[in-house]
Amino acid sequence: MPVIRLSKISRRYQMGSETIYALREVSLEIERGEYVAIMGPSGSGKSTLMNLIGCLDTPTAGKYELNGVQVSEMDDNQLADIRNKEIGFIFQTFNLLPRSDALRNVELPLIYAGMPSEERRQVALDALRNVGLGDRIHHKPNELSGGQRQRVAVARALVNKPSILLADEPTGNLDTKTGNEILALFEELARKGNTLIVVTHEEDVARHARRILRIRDGLIASDEKSEGRRVSVNAELAEAAG
Amino acid sequence: MNLFTELKEGLGISWAAIRANKMRSVLTTLGIVIGIVTVTLMGAAITGLDRAFLKNISTIGADVFYVERSDWFAGSHEEWMKMQKRRPITLTQANGLNELVTMAKAIAPVADSEETVRYKKRVSSSVHVIGTTDIYAITSSVGLSDGRFMSAGESSGGRPVCVVGSELAANLFQRASAIGNRIRIGDASFEVIGVLEKQGTFLGLFSLDNQVIIPLQQFTSSFWRNPDYQIQVKVKELAQLDEAREELRSAMRKVRRLEPNAPDDFAINQQDQFVKMFHRLGGTIAAVGIFVTGLSLFVGGIGIMNIMFVSVAERTREIGIRKAIGARKRTILVQFLIEAASICLLGGLIGLAIAWPATLGIQRVFPATLSLGIVATAIGVSLLTGVLSGFFPAWRAARMNPVEALRTGD
Repeated sequence: MPVIRLSKISRRYQMGSETIYALREVSLEIERGEYVAIMGPSGSGKSTLMNLIGCLDTPTAGKYELNGVQVSEMDDNQLADIRNKEIGFIFQTFNLLPRSDALRNVELPLIYAGMPSEERRQVALDALRNVGLGDRIHHKPNELSGGQRQRVAVARALVNKPSILLADEPTGNLDTKTGNEILALFEELARKGNTLIVVTHEEDVARHARRILRIRDGLIASDEKSEGRRVSVNAELAEAAG
Repeated sequence: MNLFTELKEGLGISWAAIRANKMRSVLTTLGIVIGIVTVTLMGAAITGLDRAFLKNISTIGADVFYVERSDWFAGSHEEWMKMQKRRPITLTQANGLNELVTMAKAIAPVADSEETVRYKKRVSSSVHVIGTTDIYAITSSVGLSDGRFMSAGESSGGRPVCVVGSELAANLFQRASAIGNRIRIGDASFEVIGVLEKQGTFLGLFSLDNQVIIPLQQFTSSFWRNPDYQIQVKVKELAQLDEAREELRSAMRKVRRLEPNAPDDFAINQQDQFVKMFHRLGGTIAAVGIFVTGLSLFVGGIGIMNIMFVSVAERTREIGIRKAIGARKRTILVQFLIEAASICLLGGLIGLAIAWPATLGIQRVFPATLSLGIVATAIGVSLLTGVLSGFFPAWRAARMNPVEALRTGD
């Protein structure tokens, strides 16, 4: 069973008297453990697609099954629960709460899931250790580097053991080196069996995925397998070599 | 997430938000502080007045009827004028009651006037002179600080003795003992046999201590032959007040020889009337006072609403993040409601901390009491203000679209 199944999904927006078709009857299946990149120029509908997959938005037509559950007709509160349990978001601008420390940021999804505080703290600590930030748990976002912030965001996305990880331009605000570190982290997550969807307009980033979807004018223009170039560690080695 | 966790989390978040915007929080809270201080002080003044009144009114006695020609509180001027035309109440009628009323413990006829009182070269003018019998000691339940009240013999024999109020005694005798001295009331001479306990003023209107009580016979022979009497009737059982009143009324009709269909041409006054009148008056004062002071609290509430709208707008992105991560509408709503309620509660507590010493200060010149009820009300009102004024901003936050909220500030 695919973890994501979109059937003839459409999304219209009403801008004054004008109707904009952001997505036109898109159908798509993504299996568990896939590492998919969604590409497309701005205005192509890739952000809309990401918002729909992430249950931040609902389609105007079509059906969306996540893990076998119909989510296309859920109300706001049900969608909030789905986002909490099934989806881990990673944003270009990290979107951490500025006044809360790393631990608190990672704890947040667990708070909304209703986990008792003792257990919550332990789970969040483990998640931060897994991304290599075990010694930065009480740092506020502005006391962390960009790469570290994105790691906190990754820890937060993973902490509820979601069905899919949804990353929107995850390296967009990072320099090449830290960007590569994040991509290496993604690769490791993919290898461990996580389902990863990365929305990007950078070929270099997309090339790390095993499957690349190209969106144009609200339609899937192409859907191809990719070798999934392993740059991360090798790239650094190559860089070090010369 | 259950409501308890939501409340706990909300408290933490709002505390952080309040601390992050200290200046703004202080200014916003100020509005509520002022509102709560004024409302609390108003409440304290009203309660104080109420208590002072009830203490004062006890001098009238809950179990005593005052039979008089006219009502204490006339409904209108015409009514008052009509009552003034009624026949006076006579001593014969008062004595007649003695035989007819069974539920009375004591019945005392009372006549009064104002005279000048002299002792040696000291003069007290406009002294309230009361002519009555020894029974007055029972009906008026007034205590003596020195000496004794007139005896039955002195009363029936019309002996020239008198009992003076504490203020009059102080005026005439200063610190010396009044007992045994002879004073002149008008042109007649009386021996002081007792001094009344200090009673203070009646509702701040007139002194109850500037009076002198003499036997009725002395009163009628020296001052006023046929006065308009007041008859004080103390009932045996307070529980049977209504029955006693009815008995008294029919007895009065009999001694006044009223036709069966004729309306009463006398009035039976009692403490209850004062209490009712006061509550009507006090209720109006309280309503106006609370309304005016409540306005300042309302303005404070608008301040809270305003600042909460700002807070929500500033934290749109945070709301978006929280929603993306799984916060439900209610969670966001509760978070902002708690923030507004916290600011108001804080203001309420500060307000109380100011109102408490202020009440103590006011007490020196005016009866004021900061009761537990007012404290509880102030806290309740401040919380309510927070919840009410925070609701619209919080609702706006809760309904935000996560996609749009996340996009702001990009």
